[in-house]
Amino acid sequence: MSASENTIVFENVSKFYGEILGVNRVTLDIPAGITSLVGPNGAGKTTLMNLMTGLLRPTRGRVTVLGIPTDQPDRLFRKVGYCSQFDSFPRGLTGREFIRSFLMVSGFTKKEADELTESALDRVELMPAADRKIGAYSKGMRQRVRLAQSIAHQPSVLILDEPLNGLDPMVRAETIALFKQLAAEGLHLIISSHILHEVDMMSDRVVLLNNGYVVAEGAVHGVRDEMDVEHPMQILIRCDQPSSLAARLFQNDELVEARVHDDRHGLFVKTRNPDRFYLLLNEVVANEQLNIESIAPVDDDLSAVYEYLIGDQ
Amino acid sequence: MSSTAETIQPKAGAVSGASASLWMRQITAIMRLELKKNFFGKRSFLIYLLALMPIGLLLLVALVQPSDKDWSDFASLPKIFSVIYNGMILRTVIFFGCAWIFMNLFRGEIVDRSLHYYFLSSVRREVLVAGKYISGLVTSVILFSAVTIASMLLLFFPHFFSASARFFSDGAGLSQLFTYVLITVLACIGYGAFFLVVGLFFRNPIIPALLLYGWEWINFLLPPLLKKISVIHYLNSLVPVPISEGPFAVVAEPTPAWIAVPGLVIVTALVLILAGTRIRRMEIRYGSE
Repeated sequence: MSASENTIVFENVSKFYGEILGVNRVTLDIPAGITSLVGPNGAGKTTLMNLMTGLLRPTRGRVTVLGIPTDQPDRLFRKVGYCSQFDSFPRGLTGREFIRSFLMVSGFTKKEADELTESALDRVELMPAADRKIGAYSKGMRQRVRLAQSIAHQPSVLILDEPLNGLDPMVRAETIALFKQLAAEGLHLIISSHILHEVDMMSDRVVLLNNGYVVAEGAVHGVRDEMDVEHPMQILIRCDQPSSLAARLFQNDELVEARVHDDRHGLFVKTRNPDRFYLLLNEVVANEQLNIESIAPVDDDLSAVYEYLIGDQ
Repeated sequence: MSSTAETIQPKAGAVSGASASLWMRQITAIMRLELKKNFFGKRSFLIYLLALMPIGLLLLVALVQPSDKDWSDFASLPKIFSVIYNGMILRTVIFFGCAWIFMNLFRGEIVDRSLHYYFLSSVRREVLVAGKYISGLVTSVILFSAVTIASMLLLFFPHFFSASARFFSDGAGLSQLFTYVLITVLACIGYGAFFLVVGLFFRNPIIPALLLYGWEWINFLLPPLLKKISVIHYLNSLVPVPISEGPFAVVAEPTPAWIAVPGLVIVTALVLILAGTRIRRMEIRYGSE
């Protein structure tokens, strides 16, 4: 089995809608685990997902999912489930009928479809509303029934476009737990979201998109590390003498900026080399007898990465 | 969420069965969804309205009992029905009924933004075309055959009950009725394929539908070769009671049934292959529709 049969591969993929750019020159190799697509509206997240599922065809390049070209839906969707953002359904169906019907369109026998439907409904906790018409569902229930439909055939790749939209906080937390569990079971989960702290909580990797281009990809902290040259890391040091500490630290080149916290009990510092800075800090603390309560990176998360790469554009 | 539910394991290849039996299962599943929509969906209202047109008219005639001499002569009824069938049932009810049913098979789902559920299922898109086409065909054949039968019975029985009973039991009535139903089925097959393709290629399929409507209506004026590039020419060739097309009609030899029937079926198959080719390349971009 070649490596590409275990990953989702974009080979120099571009998609244009007439003259409008969807995504351009995207090359990605997405392994199992949770990968989040992050970017502002119009960045190309949904285009990327639609390319992965064959709903769109690339203008240039090639997309394969676990080695399957995306223009072979009969093979592709045995392994892929897609919970799209389209909040629309075939008319007149109940939640149960909706899931079962499309399982049968995929070729499952009635018995298999019934079992898989029950399992999927149970998994998203929609059993009590399963026999109600989808037209009467709340937004959160519609979101859950779409999720159930996308996991019902037990895919190995699950693609979810803004799957947490419309869910109340409790269900959001449960859904994130479900995603983590699915990823732990070896599934590929590709999730787009604009709620960065949730993406941060659940993602193994992120792909940051802006204006149709991939601007960064990899593990969140890895992406952050790569940005140190252009974007120094900010660290908050909680201590009793922030001004003295700042004066001492400024004698070293590793420090780019220092600012005393508003409550006068902490110091924000910016450094391009956190590892060497931490060594320096150890020396200073030992020599100056300063009382340090805590040291924590302020912006070693996705929000900071997003803000640096995309937020100010 | 139920994270304690049984572990989902990838089931690649879970859908089993040889291609032919798998496709049959898939077509059946597609038909189940589509037939429900075709017969009970909100769009079906217009079809029922169309179907009721000739039935309503003939019911009215049955109640009013026209005094015209044609209506008082049983022998002229087959010709009257042929005129009604040709002018109203075939060219209006079946034509527009098929246009509505078959164009909406794909176009309606694009408007409703629900076509992607089919595209995200593990089914070949050509099988999807076949399933949708067959469901449209079943719907139109059931509906319009019923209209054809009801219309013919409504024309004959209220005016001449015992003569009609003899006509249908001992005379040519039953074979004529059977031929009209056959024409109805062939019309659904031919028009259905055309309108399905139109629904796939055009954002506004009304214009090509009206163009075909015009072409079918002026068929009697066309030279013999051009006549053959139409559906109505082959259907008219099968009509059991031929009617005059007027003084300006260009007379052409009717196409024998043994050519007309398979010819129509072959052309339909070619059109469906075109639809299959088209749908393989189709994208879901509701925003631009």
